[in-house]
Amino acid sequence: MHPAPSIIVFTVLSGLGFGLMAWLGAGAAHGGPLVAAAFAALALGLAGAGLLASLLHLGQPRRFLRAFSQWRSSWLSREAVLAVAAISVFAAYALLWILGLRLAPLGALAAALALAAVFCTAMIYAQMRTVPRWRSPLTPAIFLLSALAGGALLADAIPAAQVLLAALALAQLAAWARGDRAVAAPDTTLASATGLGGLGAPRLLAPPHTGPNYVTREMVHVIGRRHAARLRAAGLALAAILPLAVSVALPVGHLVGAALVLSHLAGMLVLRWIFFAEAEHVVGLYYGRL
Amino acid sequence: MTDLPGRTERSLGLVIDLDTCVGCHACVVSCKEWNTSSGTGAPLADLDAYGARPEGTFLNRVHAFEVTPEDGPTRVVHFPRSCLHCADAPCVTVCPTGASYKRASDGIVLVDEDACIGCGLCAWACPYGAREMDAAAGVMKKCTLCVDRIDNANLAEADRVPACVRACPTGARHFGDLADPTSPVSRLVAARGGVDLAPEQGTRPVNKYLPPRAPVDLLAPLLDPVPAEAGGFLGWLDRALDRL
Repeated sequence: MHPAPSIIVFTVLSGLGFGLMAWLGAGAAHGGPLVAAAFAALALGLAGAGLLASLLHLGQPRRFLRAFSQWRSSWLSREAVLAVAAISVFAAYALLWILGLRLAPLGALAAALALAAVFCTAMIYAQMRTVPRWRSPLTPAIFLLSALAGGALLADAIPAAQVLLAALALAQLAAWARGDRAVAAPDTTLASATGLGGLGAPRLLAPPHTGPNYVTREMVHVIGRRHAARLRAAGLALAAILPLAVSVALPVGHLVGAALVLSHLAGMLVLRWIFFAEAEHVVGLYYGRL
Repeated sequence: MTDLPGRTERSLGLVIDLDTCVGCHACVVSCKEWNTSSGTGAPLADLDAYGARPEGTFLNRVHAFEVTPEDGPTRVVHFPRSCLHCADAPCVTVCPTGASYKRASDGIVLVDEDACIGCGLCAWACPYGAREMDAAAGVMKKCTLCVDRIDNANLAEADRVPACVRACPTGARHFGDLADPTSPVSRLVAARGGVDLAPEQGTRPVNKYLPPRAPVDLLAPLLDPVPAEAGGFLGWLDRALDRL
C-alpha cells in the first residue's frame, strides 16, 4: 500500500494525542492550572494536528462533514464521530481542570472516547480482507498499545509506559510473524482471482497498461519492501526498546522524558510507514505481484 | 446509507467469455469514450496525455495471462477486469459519506460523485481493483454498467447495453439480469460453468466469467495419421539405410 505521509502523520500524531487524553482523563499528571493547560494543549494539539493532516489525504476535503454520516456501517465514519466526541468531551474536562475542578467521571468518559477513536482508526485497516497483513486483531492491539504507551510517556506515567512499551514490542513482533505467514500462504491467489486455476497455473503475460495507474500506485507499492528488515529493526528500537531501556537505566526528568518521547515518536513514524509500505493488497496479483 | 440492500429486485451484470475474448481492448476504449463524453458524472481524466508518462482513469482494463496445464501447451487468456457489482460489495459498506451505494432496484454499485470526499477507502476494500480515483475530479470513478445507456429511451434498442458490450467485436461480453435464472445470461453461465472471481473474499460477485473451453483442433481429424512404418520406396530406402 502507498504510504501516504498525511495518513502516517495523522495516525501517529492523533494516536499520541488520544493516548495522552486517555491518561489525563484517567487522572494522570498533577499540578496547578498551568500544568493542566500545558497538558491539555499538548493532547488537543496532537489530536487536532493529526485530524487536520488527514484532510490533506482527501480528494474533496471541503466535503469532510459528510464523513460523519455513515457511523452505522463505516469504521472511517465511526472514527470521525468518536474523534470529535473525544476532543469535545476532553476539552470540557480540561477547561474544568484548569479552573480547579477535576471531574473523574468526565475524565473517564473522555478517556474511553479517545481509546474508542484509536480503535476505530485501527479497524479501518484490520477490516480489510484485501490486505492479508492487516486483517488481524493484532492491528488494533498495536494501535491501542502505541497510543497508550506514547500517552504514558507524555503524561510522565513511566512505570505504566515501561509495561506498555514492552507489550507494544511483543505485539509488533507477533504481527510481523503472523503477517509474513499470511502473505506466504494467502487465501486469494492468481488462480482464484482469475478463476483460471482449473486449467493450470496462471501467470501474468502482459499487463493492461505499461505505465502506472491509480491502482498500481496506491495498492501495488513495492518500494518499502526492499529495506523492510532494516526498517523494522530501526522502528522497533526507536519506538519501544530504546525508550524502555533508557527509562529503566536512568531517572526520567524533563530532558530525558522529552528525548524518550521524541525517540518513540520517530520510531512510530517508521513503524507506521512500514505498516503501509510493506502491506500487500490482493489486487497486486492481477499485476504479477502480491 | 451505505448499508447494502438485503436483496435486489434484479441483479444486472456482465458475463465475460474468456474463451472468445481476443484482447483487442475495444471495450476499454469504448468505455473510456462513453464515460468521458456522455456528460453523466465527471469525465475520465487523462494526465500528461501527450507527454513522457501518460496515465488516465479507466473503468475497464484487459490483462493477458498465460495458463500452463499439467499436460499440454501453454495457453494465452485475455482477461477484462472491471467492477463485478458484488452482492456483498465491501466498497459500499466502508464508505464514510454514503456516496457509495448499491441500487436496490437492479443491484448496480454506483458512486454519488457530489457526495464523494475522495478518501479512497472503497478502492482499498475492493479485491478486484475496480475503482480508480480520478486525479482531476478528486472523486472515485467506477463502472456504472452505463446506467445512462441501459435505461435511455433516446437510444436505439440495440444501444441500450453497456458501451463495452456494444463494442465487443467477438461477442465476448454479455449483459443481463443474473438474478433471473431464465435470462439468457443466466442460462449461458449455467451451460458454460461460469465462475466467481476470488470467491474466498466473500464479495459474492454478480458478474461471471466463462472459463476457456478445451481446445478443439479442427484440422487434425482431416489429416492422415502419420504411419509408424513407411511403405513403398521410402520404406525400402529407410530399411536399406538402416542396414548400412
